[in-house]
Amino acid sequence: MSTAAANTQRIAPALDAQEGFSAGQYLICLKGIVWRESLRFLHQRERFISALVRPLVWLFIFAAGFRQVLGVSIIPPYQTYILYGEYITPGLMAMIQLFNGMQSSLSMVYDREMGNMRTLLVSPLPRWYLLCSKLVAGTAVSLLQVYAFLFIAWFWDIEPPPLGYLLVLPALILSGLMLGALGMLISSVIKQLENFAGVMNFVIFPMFFTSSALYPLWRVREGSPLLYYICQYNPFTHAVELIRFALYAQIDWISLAVVCGCTALFMIAAILAYDPSRGLLARRGETGGVA
Amino acid sequence: MHGITNPALSVEAVSHSYAARRALDNVTFTVAPATFAVLLGLNGAGKSTLFSLITRLYGTQHGHIRIFDHDVERASGAALRILGVVFQSRTLDLDLSVMQNLTYHAALHGIGKREARERSKEVLARIALADRAHDKIRNLSGGQMRRVEIARALLHRPRLLVLDEPSVGLDIKSRADILSHVRRLIAEEGVGVLWATHLIDEVADDDQVIVLHQGRILADGLVSRVVADCGAADIRDAFTRLTGAAASEAA
Repeated sequence: MSTAAANTQRIAPALDAQEGFSAGQYLICLKGIVWRESLRFLHQRERFISALVRPLVWLFIFAAGFRQVLGVSIIPPYQTYILYGEYITPGLMAMIQLFNGMQSSLSMVYDREMGNMRTLLVSPLPRWYLLCSKLVAGTAVSLLQVYAFLFIAWFWDIEPPPLGYLLVLPALILSGLMLGALGMLISSVIKQLENFAGVMNFVIFPMFFTSSALYPLWRVREGSPLLYYICQYNPFTHAVELIRFALYAQIDWISLAVVCGCTALFMIAAILAYDPSRGLLARRGETGGVA
Repeated sequence: MHGITNPALSVEAVSHSYAARRALDNVTFTVAPATFAVLLGLNGAGKSTLFSLITRLYGTQHGHIRIFDHDVERASGAALRILGVVFQSRTLDLDLSVMQNLTYHAALHGIGKREARERSKEVLARIALADRAHDKIRNLSGGQMRRVEIARALLHRPRLLVLDEPSVGLDIKSRADILSHVRRLIAEEGVGVLWATHLIDEVADDDQVIVLHQGRILADGLVSRVVADCGAADIRDAFTRLTGAAASEAA
């Protein structure tokens, strides 16, 4: 007993468990999570390249092919006739973030990666804070991708006003948070997922195609009023429009409100879903990890 | 310091069900500080469920789990702060270096970079991996990875260390290394350890052993005591008798 007592004394300074954490420690945690996500992203070169190639294929090939087919009249925020490539650029920026959000969420679903999620969740900091930090980190990574895309697109004559590059940043942060939170929510409710295809078919494609990313909504309305309404209620449409307007130094207030609202909604839902007592994680236990 | 006599881990009447299946049934035991407790059970006994509850991945449905008097449910921050965990599955980032993995973990505990580096050097020296600090995890052997995971779990100086099947998939020498390393920690630092395994040869005579079978505790106590109570020759024999008896009871 005496050795045990002595030992307890020796490690005693490390156990001021009651004290809670200082603001500085919260910041250290956030920085650590963002730093790790960025490092991991930079190390996974294939992921970086495919994140860039995907929108560039749309821009170089799809947009070039459709340039003659789809004429885009002058609609806000544009002040002149624009080429189709210029029209779909904001949509492609949002697409990068959509993929990034889903990808980082999916990586949580994978068992191996679930392990990484577990190391995150055993941190003594509040769980909502850990999830928010993870979200901020994912958004930061998506910003890297979007600006790399914009840089390459510039050589393809996609040249928004210089101020737009700066003003689009807050819009991208918001849309990145919204799509990341959606991904996180999906990761907590999906029981099992064999691969990326499921989310691709049931989330990414429907969201992307029923939005204003590829065609202006007034054109959709001519074709199908029903689709038009679906597009209008699609939060992704509003992410695209928020980015589009910001890129041309304007604000679309409705989109701003929708994106903010959806971000809060998805985030709260994700935090509840990851809450150990209420959460869906425990229910998921029945399919695996019981051994 | 009233903390000296408190158990490092106390599990009280914990039950847990997944839908209709009961994974843990009224599980109660304690682990004292500076004790090596082996949680012995076959696959499917409920060991991982218990770990998920201790680490608060799942909420505790019935009963209480306390780490040095901090309730995992009600004071999770305080409880997790003095808990070190080594999960069954590999949880290191393969593409990051040993040092990067360690400083990331430190950040999750609010430990700044400079302090984290110093502590990392310390723990790495102790597991004889100081020269590999800047190697990518991918280039380490399975046993080395496990040692890094243990070092990582110790970085925030926990008082209770829980390990879920830490020796699975390792060769005999690595297993022995890790086991002796953790035993040394108990002697040197007074850490309480809960070591889950299905490998009976990892149990030493002066360990505490907790036999978990189909979600229920069949025996709990010093190995010599459990062996004597069963009238068995050794712990392997005792385990066979206990689980055999439980099986025939169920049938």
